[in-house]
Amino acid sequence: MHGFIPILKRELAGYFVTPVAYVFIVIFLVLTGVFTFQLGGFFERNQSDLRPFFDFHPWLYLFLIPAISMRLWAEERKSGTIELLMTLPVSRAGAVAGKFAAAWLFAGVALALTFPVWITVNYLGEPDNGAIFTGYIGSFLMAGGFLAVGACVSAATKSQVIAFIIAVVLCFGFLLAGFTPVTDFLSGWAPPALVDTIAGFSFLTRFDSIAKGVIDLRDLIFFASLIALCLFINAAVLEARKA
Amino acid sequence: MQTLIELRALTKWFGTPHAGGILAVDGVSFKVERGEVLGFLGPNGAGKSTTMKMVTGFLPPSSGQALVCGNDVAVNPLDVKRTIGYLPEGAPAYADMTPEAFLNFCAQVRGLTGEAGRKAIARAVERTNIQGVLRQPVETLSKGFKRRVGLAQAILHEPRVLIMDEPTDGLDPNQKHEVRALIRDMAHEGAAGCGRAVVLSTHILEEVEAVCTRVVLIARGRVVADCTPAEFMSKSRYHNAVTLALVPPPGVMVFDELRRIAGVADVEDLGTSSTPDGTQVRCTVLASRGKAIAPEVSHLIKSKGWQVDLMRVEAGRLDDVFRDLTTANQPQPTKAAPAGAA
Repeated sequence: MHGFIPILKRELAGYFVTPVAYVFIVIFLVLTGVFTFQLGGFFERNQSDLRPFFDFHPWLYLFLIPAISMRLWAEERKSGTIELLMTLPVSRAGAVAGKFAAAWLFAGVALALTFPVWITVNYLGEPDNGAIFTGYIGSFLMAGGFLAVGACVSAATKSQVIAFIIAVVLCFGFLLAGFTPVTDFLSGWAPPALVDTIAGFSFLTRFDSIAKGVIDLRDLIFFASLIALCLFINAAVLEARKA
Repeated sequence: MQTLIELRALTKWFGTPHAGGILAVDGVSFKVERGEVLGFLGPNGAGKSTTMKMVTGFLPPSSGQALVCGNDVAVNPLDVKRTIGYLPEGAPAYADMTPEAFLNFCAQVRGLTGEAGRKAIARAVERTNIQGVLRQPVETLSKGFKRRVGLAQAILHEPRVLIMDEPTDGLDPNQKHEVRALIRDMAHEGAAGCGRAVVLSTHILEEVEAVCTRVVLIARGRVVADCTPAEFMSKSRYHNAVTLALVPPPGVMVFDELRRIAGVADVEDLGTSSTPDGTQVRCTVLASRGKAIAPEVSHLIKSKGWQVDLMRVEAGRLDDVFRDLTTANQPQPTKAAPAGAA
């Protein structure tokens, strides 16, 4: 993991010297607000929990996370800095993990800045703060999953637009994998084991259960291993397609 | 002398052989000793950059080895990367960072932290003369400053081996001059003051004369010459040639007289013009390989009493050799060298 810390620091600083960080955070906060209070009917439900808040996270991440991940490697390729980076004494693992960790931390910062919603719900009622906490954990893990998928795609192309679009499509696939229409469609012809496997990759199902306050070790392992797998692929893609 | 870089039959295929793959580098072997400045020459697309990318550990070789300070790049990539300072083609740097932040990052990656890092950065900044732009984002810098930031990054850790891909490409004459002076300095200083190995690729021939102590010329991925700049020039058909501008008496066959001198291979007509003294004849007298003909030419002119407006002995023309060697049909080193300048 040579170079992990300097790369993490550089990347994280990189978000904040350009408008990227501020635009992203503002848009994310505005959209979570709109979704929670307008579409989610936070007040109308008259329940002191953050379900309407968390329910929209997968859909927000679907578009916002690929916007972060698209530049991770595609920009380095485009500007030629990848040659500089990979000829510095850093290991591939260090570079891949450093970049991913910076992006994930950044997403975490954006997520943490939604704390006024938590204050609001605590002011208005007596929510189950344990469930809210696991909701945040689940949301953060899901962001990591999306990011890892996006980073992988970004490593394969020079074009940030392509990286964005493919990442959105892949993430959409992961979101919908456990969705009833999808499983119904598959069960018509695919063996049940395959249907179950594909449904098992569903971010929605797994996030849902975490957001309800149920921390199942399998869900944690799912996200952790998905991230690890994607980063591994990321490193392999990087090695295979350097030029 | 100490060998700092050694390439052993380094080869790179893009794609697979026999399936439309491209052989970019074909069995390149050479050594670079401490204190040498090696000019790595070749036409565009000859494999210069690819070779450098393999030596610096960016691209894995398809076969062969690249050893830097005794370490095989494929086996100990991190050790090799620690000993090398590398300026990639076009001097890429993170556009939205300031040179200060960028150099800081490079220092940290290289394990130069705290006081050591500050000193290293201050030294590199002073050497490359970029004090004035340290706080400006790299994307706003001129090409010359960008290149210098790239150089500062490359020399930050006092590397024993410095590799630069077209360091002066696209710079104006003043900037080229500065960069070359810097390269010469760096070759002589070195970590312990006893010199380092410098490799620079270029297709600008004047650069070779200006800074290099050795030349490796490659064409279509193969080494076609490996020698000193003087030897390289001596391969030129113009080596030892004499360029003349004469005003002979009317009716004298100057070219025939010159051709009769022993050691003269040929005379090239450069045209005539009329002057108040008569018709001025200009020509280049080519010497046979390894013969110095200037004394004889001068003797002939004196004995005939011709008026001489110009007499110049040529050292050789680099671009001429370059063209000869890189466009030869058979790119083997032995056959590509012109056997006895025609």
